[in-house]
Amino acid sequence: MTTEMKGLNLKEINKSYGNVKAVDNVSLDIKSGEFFTLLGPSGCGKTTLLRIIAGLELQDSGLVVLDDEDITIQPAIKRQINTVFQSYALFPHLTIFENIAFGLRSRKIADSEVNKRVNKALEMLEIDSMQKRFPHQLSGGQNQRVALARALVNEPKVLLLDEPMSALDAKLRAQVQVELRRLQQRLGQTFILVTHDQDEALVVSDRIAVMKDGEIVQFGTPEQVYDYPKNKFVAEFLGAANLISGTYHDGRLHTDLGVFEIEDTPSWDKGDVAIRPEWIKMSDIKPEINAIKATVKEIIYRGTNFDIWLDPGPLRVRTSSYKKIKIGDEVWLELGAKEMAVLHE
Amino acid sequence: MKKITLIVNIAAISTMAFLYLPLVAVAFFSVNNTKYGLIWKGFTLDWYTKLFQNELILHAAWNTLVLAVVSTVVSTFLGTILAIGMDRFPWPKKMNTVLDMILHLPVIIPDIIFAAAMVVAFGFLRSASTLFEPGLLNMIIAHITFQTAFVALVVRSRLVSIGKDVEEAARDLYAGTTYLLWKVTLPLLTPGIVAGAMLAFTLSLDDFVISFFTAGPDSVTLPLYIFAAVRRMVTPQIHALSTIVLLITIVLVISMERFTRKFNVK
Amino acid sequence: MNKLMIWYGELLSQKSLIKRGFLFLTPGMLWLIIFLVLPGLILIVVSFATRGSYGELVWEFSFENYKRLLGYGIFGWTPDYLLILLRSVIVAIVTTALSVLLSYPLCFFIAGKPERTRYLWLTIVIIPFWTNMVIRTYAWFLILAPEMPFARIAAFFKLISPGMPLYPSAFAVYLGMISMFLPFVALPLFSSVERLDWTLVEAAQDLYSSNVRIFMHAILPQTLPGLSVGVILTFVPAMGMFVVPDLLGGAKYMLVGNLIQQQFGTSRDWAFGAAISMGLMVLTMFSLYLYKRKSKGVDLI
Repeated sequence: MTTEMKGLNLKEINKSYGNVKAVDNVSLDIKSGEFFTLLGPSGCGKTTLLRIIAGLELQDSGLVVLDDEDITIQPAIKRQINTVFQSYALFPHLTIFENIAFGLRSRKIADSEVNKRVNKALEMLEIDSMQKRFPHQLSGGQNQRVALARALVNEPKVLLLDEPMSALDAKLRAQVQVELRRLQQRLGQTFILVTHDQDEALVVSDRIAVMKDGEIVQFGTPEQVYDYPKNKFVAEFLGAANLISGTYHDGRLHTDLGVFEIEDTPSWDKGDVAIRPEWIKMSDIKPEINAIKATVKEIIYRGTNFDIWLDPGPLRVRTSSYKKIKIGDEVWLELGAKEMAVLHE
Repeated sequence: MKKITLIVNIAAISTMAFLYLPLVAVAFFSVNNTKYGLIWKGFTLDWYTKLFQNELILHAAWNTLVLAVVSTVVSTFLGTILAIGMDRFPWPKKMNTVLDMILHLPVIIPDIIFAAAMVVAFGFLRSASTLFEPGLLNMIIAHITFQTAFVALVVRSRLVSIGKDVEEAARDLYAGTTYLLWKVTLPLLTPGIVAGAMLAFTLSLDDFVISFFTAGPDSVTLPLYIFAAVRRMVTPQIHALSTIVLLITIVLVISMERFTRKFNVK
Repeated sequence: MNKLMIWYGELLSQKSLIKRGFLFLTPGMLWLIIFLVLPGLILIVVSFATRGSYGELVWEFSFENYKRLLGYGIFGWTPDYLLILLRSVIVAIVTTALSVLLSYPLCFFIAGKPERTRYLWLTIVIIPFWTNMVIRTYAWFLILAPEMPFARIAAFFKLISPGMPLYPSAFAVYLGMISMFLPFVALPLFSSVERLDWTLVEAAQDLYSSNVRIFMHAILPQTLPGLSVGVILTFVPAMGMFVVPDLLGGAKYMLVGNLIQQQFGTSRDWAFGAAISMGLMVLTMFSLYLYKRKSKGVDLI
């Protein structure tokens, strides 16, 4: 295994509060220039981990290495890492311009350079018209841009984003996610996002680490994590999943629904597999392998697609076209051998 | 429902009249052109001009001002750093409880008990140094004591409302300790400090009981002077003096209200 | 002990953080300990001491002062001091109750004003709050003077002899006390009334027919936080008040505040004065305790 040395490396980080382990022996290698997401439910330790990277929290043990330099005991003010806080934490007594200039001024950068860089940041985030206003005069979405500009103007090696969209409404959030992704690709900087929203994680990230109880449960590209969840928690946390339990012998999976071919070879004799509802193929003709005959029990309209609940099951199929299916119809399902993910504990 | 509204309005207006009637009477008789009695004898400002020729009153006004200014300056400083010291450090829970109790003492103890304690304490200090003879110094010390607690309470609530986020953001943006203090903490804290100082100043001007117990013959303040005077005889001159004190209070209160409202809206 | 920690984004050793904390804490706390906590403790000690023949303190400790407060004097038992204590408690209770009664309509009246003028009305209540108590007390001299209608009416009904003022009297003390402390109740109460959820009051109007029940079920519980602060802010200083009874009650209507003042003034009996102060303190703490138990979660300031 070759290690990518450029970038941010976390080595065996531990952090406890009293008896609670917030971060449990986490090691991560984040490549320079990638959009990385820490995804997990609230209280899983993702924010603590982010704060450790920022230098706002001290780990009990473990190393933080940035571009080959050990910054474990470097204070926040020395780290070339900037943060967009969940509350934005803008300075209420400073104008938008001065808010963005803060990080440059505190390092005694010359006024002309400050003006140049702040103006560039204002333009990039399309907030130059409000530079003379104060944070309390701006909307939530505008303040979020200010927080982003205030961090980015320092050209940090790593930008940390702590649930930056939690204060925005759903529609705006979807728009900002795409913008954030484009911005990161344009700048080529390392972004680390913390979120509990799996859609957000899937939209923006190059790679995702799913956290639970202070540990990293799974780590990979959005496709890997979504299509091949390693265990029940990941399968259910990232969207909908059909969980099927059975036993594995003679090279096949034996379940209550039938005997199936699967591509993966599980390490267990008895366990679960998961398949996303949208990967199940539904047709009138019996498929060649992994076929199930099922009855439609319920159809739920979801706008862009339909969720169809079937018996035996409960099995769920998600499809964008439901042709002429109605409740009570009998259909054939095919659980693709490649699409079934073997789960581990 | 209409009937209730009417009753409420009448009750409220009468209550306000009840609060203001005595004060209006004081102002009214301060321009009455007679030395004795409460019969209207025509308008005059004589009582006001005579105030400024009265050495005792001018001296009392000076004492009041010195007491209020000195005690406010010292207590604002002490209260502010005390508030920072209490809020911004990881003290054990038990210690916080004790500190908090001490800070609330002047709020929950009747001021006459505090005044009595001061008399006794200065009695002991007097045996060590003649500095602690009843007089202005004792009054200043006593005022600083209760003002410090009030300032600390006001500033601390402001500190809590500023929160941790903004200071962490400043650190994240490369601010050193002095830079942080001058550019973030102090500017954000200023409304709290000013509000605390205004409260301290008004409390000092307004205080009678504690001054009464700690004052000496040479350190009479305006409230003490008025008290001593009305026990002997109520004169139009006292009405004039009281009216001026009233007007000063009104100006102070209105500016204090405006100030806090301006910053609470933000 | 000397381990590193991060505090408000700053990396430093725990030792230096604690050191800095003490630097901030010490001046103010030291001052409060020397001039507030220690004097308080000394006052407790002095309350057990004895008065010398020239008014000086003699360090012979006994419960004499407390016995005297309870009425056991040289000439046998007299309830004089206990009566004064009891009277102070009654005056404080009545003052608080009437202030509360008058504050509700006042607060509703102000809260009902449009936002533009509401703070103007509020300021009208705030100004007496900050006006010097000596002025506010002696001002009643004018209203209660014999030339004024109130005294004339009282004289007409033979309540007082003609040509006499309405003070000093218990009535004058109550007037003075209520006008003194009404803003102390009204201001905290207003902050609660302002935030009142009127939908609950409307719901109560559907449920109950009597106005008393609407008040008890919908308004009182919602305004309890502000009311509690107001009650404490009134009751505690009202018990120790001495300016109002001194000017408006005279020797006829002495309260515990006057008694304490007497010991530190003309009588020059510090030890007994300290003991009375302790008595007042115990009464204050006891009533605060009773009150806190009845209404949980009340915060001062």
